Amino acid sequence: MLNPFSGQALAHKGLGRLTSAGIMNRRKRTSTEREVIIRRFFVAAGLFSLVVMTLIVLFLFAEGIGLFRTVSVSDFLLGTAWYPTYDPPDFGVLPLIVGSAAVTLLSSLIAVPLGVGTALYLAEVAGDRTREILKPAVELLASLPSVVLGFVGMVVLAPLMQQWWDIPTGLNVFNASLMLALMAIPTIASISEDALHAVPRELNEASLALGATRWETLTRVQLPGALSGIGTGVILGMSRAMGETMVVLMVAGGAAQIPGSIFDSVRPLPASIAAEMGETPFGSEHYHALFAIGMVLFLMTLAFNLVAAWFSRRFQQKGAATL
Amino acid sequence: MSQDRRMLFWRRARQEMAFLVFRLAVLVVLGALGGILLYVLIQGAGAISWEFLTAAPRDSMTKGGIFPALMGTLYLTLGAVLVALPLGVAAAVYLSEYATEGRVLRLVRLGIANLAGVPSVVFGLFGLALFVGYFKLGISLAAGSLTLGLLILPTVIGAAEEALRQVPGTFREASLGLGATRWQTIRKVVLPAALPGILTGSILGVGRAAGETAPIMFTAATFFTLRLPSSPLDQVMALPYHIYVLATAGTHIAQTRPLQYGTVLVLISLVLGLSLIAIVIRSRMRRHKKW
Repeated sequence: MLNPFSGQALAHKGLGRLTSAGIMNRRKRTSTEREVIIRRFFVAAGLFSLVVMTLIVLFLFAEGIGLFRTVSVSDFLLGTAWYPTYDPPDFGVLPLIVGSAAVTLLSSLIAVPLGVGTALYLAEVAGDRTREILKPAVELLASLPSVVLGFVGMVVLAPLMQQWWDIPTGLNVFNASLMLALMAIPTIASISEDALHAVPRELNEASLALGATRWETLTRVQLPGALSGIGTGVILGMSRAMGETMVVLMVAGGAAQIPGSIFDSVRPLPASIAAEMGETPFGSEHYHALFAIGMVLFLMTLAFNLVAAWFSRRFQQKGAATL
Repeated sequence: MSQDRRMLFWRRARQEMAFLVFRLAVLVVLGALGGILLYVLIQGAGAISWEFLTAAPRDSMTKGGIFPALMGTLYLTLGAVLVALPLGVAAAVYLSEYATEGRVLRLVRLGIANLAGVPSVVFGLFGLALFVGYFKLGISLAAGSLTLGLLILPTVIGAAEEALRQVPGTFREASLGLGATRWQTIRKVVLPAALPGILTGSILGVGRAAGETAPIMFTAATFFTLRLPSSPLDQVMALPYHIYVLATAGTHIAQTRPLQYGTVLVLISLVLGLSLIAIVIRSRMRRHKKW
């Protein structure tokens, strides 16, 4: 990374040492001290995100850990009954985890071909002018509020599904997955497109010059080079779908069961937190249980994000030589 | 020879088929976006009126307008920006002007990337535990703004860093060459040059803050209040939460359908309008850079 300051800064320090006498030196030193303080301030500002991450972990765990005074970790993670308001209550989150996994997987099955297809179109097929219009449109899809997608799934799509397929409820895994896919597509598309553009141009040109068609160049040269970036995009898109709340709260149906088909209702982890926190007394067992769910959700998305970061570093295209 | 030609024909044909598939993918994606926007516009346009935008809900929310929710969202968003903009710009100045390769930079990047990946409902829990509970702000405008501000921090950092990096190195070298210190250079040369970029980029964060529901559900939002907030410690209504409540928790869900579509239309116009402005200005600035 280019840092225009590094050479200058060294020269500046050296200069201070050379003119080591009189008022001149004192003024120089105080101004250097000020620069050091200002520098420290900005380093601290940079580290602030890390501080917030630490605080999130601390508070999530501090509130969540309270549950495990009364419920064992294995009962929590492997229990198949989630009845937090019964007496005695059941705090088994397995159905919620399975619900989250179901909508995340199905939504990525829908979003990956569409997202990658969109990226390939933008990078390979579209002319400059089409791209200028389409790219903002994809970004616009990314900025659509999740509550709007939840609303559309619930009010428009669910009654239609019920009618078309004669199923008991339109609020189910499939409907939620469709809406989540719309949230994941822009993430997948824009990261994949960046990855496709990052493949060195000379590789494509060499392939085309040897007589390969654009499609052959794409599949044998450009896609292998962009694979890590596309993989990163897919993982981040899945992570976004998994953590998304309003869609699954409004559209997944809310039944805490392990689904047998894609037309069953489920209650993914974020939906449970959002639906129940409002009616939960501060500091109760149920309150701690919802924070414990937050811990599970946080760790699941963190794992996805770390895998994405590792993926993009591990398979990074470093110039033409690594292919 | 003719065999070669036939081969070439099939190779071309395969390419055209593949490109057709990509075109279809784009059509599906854009069709979904366009369909949603158009449907909401058609269903919601009838509900929009001056009264709808400027009156409070009446008759257990089956009539009247959305004024308190609209204002609540504006306050929350403004608060979030006041939190995120200074912190985000400062972090971006570090990344673009001070950072050198090494462990600190890797840690900072790791923190920002992972913060961006934290689910919004977890931000809600965090805000509930830290701001509502620990700092005793209660469910309030202040708690919600702080939570939203931290949520959009990575977006603002990203936008500001991009804007700062677009300022040419020669600007800095010229300033330093004239004897200015590093901080003087940043304050008087780099930041002013990057300011338009920082602001437009931040609008994207604003749009995100205005549309988020889960983070404010437990930290700021109430489903009904007649008055506007008079202090940062008051609860507020908010557009996204209002949509959720009307669609799921009301007793007259079917009756309020037109109001729901109207509210969705207002929220979409607000959020997409902001994003569109930011996207257009940004692409203009990328195209005709002044330097």
